Amino acid sequence: MSDQPGDAVLFETALLEHNRQHRASRVTLPLRSDEDVVHVRKQVRERAVAIGLSLVDQTKLVTAASELARNTIKYGGGGEVLFDVLDDSLRKGIGLLFVDAGQGIPDIGKALQDGYTTGGGLGLGLSGSKRLVDEFDIDSRPKEGTAVLIVKWKR
Amino acid sequence: MERIPILRMGDLLLVTIQVDMHDRLAMQLQDDLTERIVADGAKGVLIDISALDLVDSFIGRMISNTAAMARVLDARTVVVGMQPAVAITLVELGLTLHGVKTALNVEKGMALLGKSFE
Repeated sequence: MSDQPGDAVLFETALLEHNRQHRASRVTLPLRSDEDVVHVRKQVRERAVAIGLSLVDQTKLVTAASELARNTIKYGGGGEVLFDVLDDSLRKGIGLLFVDAGQGIPDIGKALQDGYTTGGGLGLGLSGSKRLVDEFDIDSRPKEGTAVLIVKWKR
Repeated sequence: MERIPILRMGDLLLVTIQVDMHDRLAMQLQDDLTERIVADGAKGVLIDISALDLVDSFIGRMISNTAAMARVLDARTVVVGMQPAVAITLVELGLTLHGVKTALNVEKGMALLGKSFE
């Protein structure tokens, strides 16, 4: 892990900048063990309920969070998730930034295809998560790490 | 080690998943069920997931694998009680639980396994 939490992969995108401007709160949660994944699911569910996401949107966001949290541990060797509540005065949302300081993803395009896996899984984690959220962004650098950002807005 | 209890009723095994399962717990359940099918000579497995508010790709794979293992051990598996929001999410995620029989509730699941309450 890098010394600065959350800076494992410093990536700059319009989406990240947008989130930074509209962040109402931020919590950092560790991702090291199976139990941490369950904890993240619980925290995300609670905040999703609190900002009024519909049951289906709650379930989609929690499921995407579960997939990406598992990826961070399984492929990234552990890391953390930066958990933001967003409010851009028009709408509320939840942003989750998963970061690790692992080996990185050699071919992001391939990793985003359904059924592509290097870990013996179903290969749906990354591609499936993308379908479940409103916004999705990924940056990965060889030997530096991977960052995945997802956002779900309240409709 | 925590475990999800497996109940036996005649030649059926019943499981109600009531906790948010972490991955090791899901794998443990898969192993336990497979062993119990053989040990008890079970002909059917009914898995009630009505209390689960999430089925991600790992849990989905565990369910599919359990059903496949049960099949080669001469037992049938029915998954019952999936919440609508979970079903919508599962399909959008790309999981179809291929080869897994489902029913809306325990009673219909029992009927599918050839049992009825009398």
